[in-house]
Amino acid sequence: MPGDKVDSLPTGKAQIPGAESHGLARRAGLFLLHSREASIALAAIILIIYFGSTAAAFLSPGNIANLAEYAATTAIIAAGEVMVIICGEVDLSAGNVYALSPFVMYFAHQAGAPFVLAILLGLLAAAAVGLINGFITVVLEVPSFITTLGTLYLINGFTLTISNGYPVQPNGSPFIINFFGGTPISQISWAIGITLLFQFILNKTRWGLHTIATGGNLLGAAEIGIKVGKIKIGNFIICSCLGGLAGILDTFRISSIDPLAGGTDIMFMAIASSVIGGTLLTGGSGTVIGAFLGAAVLGILKNGFTLIGVSAFTFDMILGAAILATMIINVRLSRLRAAGGKR
Amino acid sequence: MSEEALRTENISKSFGRVTALRDASVRLNKGEVLGLLGDNGAGKSTLMKILTGFHKPDGGKIYFLGKEIELKSVSHARSLGIEPVYQDLALVNELNVYRNMFLQREIMVGGPLRILNDGAMREFAREHLNEMGVNIPSVDVEIARLSGGQRQAIAVARSVYANAKVLLLDEPTAAMGVRETAVILDLIRRLKERGDVSIIVVAHNYAHVFEVCDRVNLLQNGRITFDRATKDSSVQELLNLVLHEIREARGQVGKA
Repeated sequence: MPGDKVDSLPTGKAQIPGAESHGLARRAGLFLLHSREASIALAAIILIIYFGSTAAAFLSPGNIANLAEYAATTAIIAAGEVMVIICGEVDLSAGNVYALSPFVMYFAHQAGAPFVLAILLGLLAAAAVGLINGFITVVLEVPSFITTLGTLYLINGFTLTISNGYPVQPNGSPFIINFFGGTPISQISWAIGITLLFQFILNKTRWGLHTIATGGNLLGAAEIGIKVGKIKIGNFIICSCLGGLAGILDTFRISSIDPLAGGTDIMFMAIASSVIGGTLLTGGSGTVIGAFLGAAVLGILKNGFTLIGVSAFTFDMILGAAILATMIINVRLSRLRAAGGKR
Repeated sequence: MSEEALRTENISKSFGRVTALRDASVRLNKGEVLGLLGDNGAGKSTLMKILTGFHKPDGGKIYFLGKEIELKSVSHARSLGIEPVYQDLALVNELNVYRNMFLQREIMVGGPLRILNDGAMREFAREHLNEMGVNIPSVDVEIARLSGGQRQAIAVARSVYANAKVLLLDEPTAAMGVRETAVILDLIRRLKERGDVSIIVVAHNYAHVFEVCDRVNLLQNGRITFDRATKDSSVQELLNLVLHEIREARGQVGKA
């Protein structure tokens, strides 16, 4: 757990009292303090070592593939949540768009659209949900928590209605299936690609800069002429589309479209990943790579506990406690970061 | 009479049942520093926000460099050279100095991709802050780590860098210590010496206004009630005017 690295600093100094190693430990400590991604990455590594040594099957290729698929879907939705959370909002409906988009794709394909077009239509439906979320939040000034809680139920009911509550099977060509998440490699490639793309957008483009400015100082950003409404609506659309994309990728992996898949479970996992990864729910600050690592940590926890035979009942308790512990440490660390940052 | 930079004629503005401005007429001459004084709720902020294009006036006219204009938005006003420095400074704590300096005026590459050119922004920001005599540890530090005076100086420098013709400073010395206030007043003096920018300073503190302003206006109940060169007036004269207003207000309360 992340707590270990805080303890490891003084111990390291005591064991090797040389000036050089002292400097090295100090520098490592400062690096952990200053890089939000580093602490969560360390947590992931410690967990991998722990489960790798306690459960023999943990590092088997089959299990790693399993883990990658699970974490990939969460990470893709989390990338969208990071964008929305940074600009000061939240999207609770992304998990339900995850279930909606594949059905839109399926029905479009049934109606004769080629698969690529059907996928685009699925994403378009997701974008429409994002636009509605953004419009109600920005123009009608309903807090996004409430807006997306409403659309969460709305979409869920809509998906159940158009599907009659029954799962269906998509039948794409092998190329389509393999490209769109049919293999663990494809799934994880999508997740890594999307993570890197949005980290780049966040740090290196005007859109990302204005997203941070909108969440960091909403009034100030508006005063300086940033169209904060446009930024928010845009990020709602991005988040919804990534929710839909994650659903479509999972569809080809599982080769079934379930109207009850995803939902609040995957949405909360995505938001938890973002927050564990260092994105502040108060807006203005966050990292997509951190969210990816957060999704990995949650995936490792879930998978590892299952392997070492923790029962499903106790698992949720442990998971909850782990989230709380990580967050408490995170909050402490950012305090330290803020205090230690002043030179 | 000297050339005018910015002038308003009978500006009025109401928010619902609250009248913030009635017939407010202000004139700012070229190269001048005008102090705009007034109590809380006198309409100072509303007048500023109208001059920056943030609010639209209900009535009245605005003239900029002699021509009547209609300010469509903040961006429009800024494109003309009317640069606000708001009380909250419109700085983003989470972003570093140079990214704040170029916020909404980013230097970009990659065409429609709008990729930020951090190298160029960093270099220009450093040069310009040096030239303006703004002292900060580095343009790479986050705004959150700077003092109030440094933040104010960066917000002002940002506006000047944007080729401001008229600078609107909203309470630049509010909530600042003596040393930080001195930094800001120095900066205003330096801007006056450069002479290429006209400035309206909105303030509470009469002493600060008399220290740096050429002329002073008093805003009471949405109207300009006093307009005089600072050399022909005194803090005491203004205080008397305001005391009079307070006594009147008390009298009315007594009668009611």
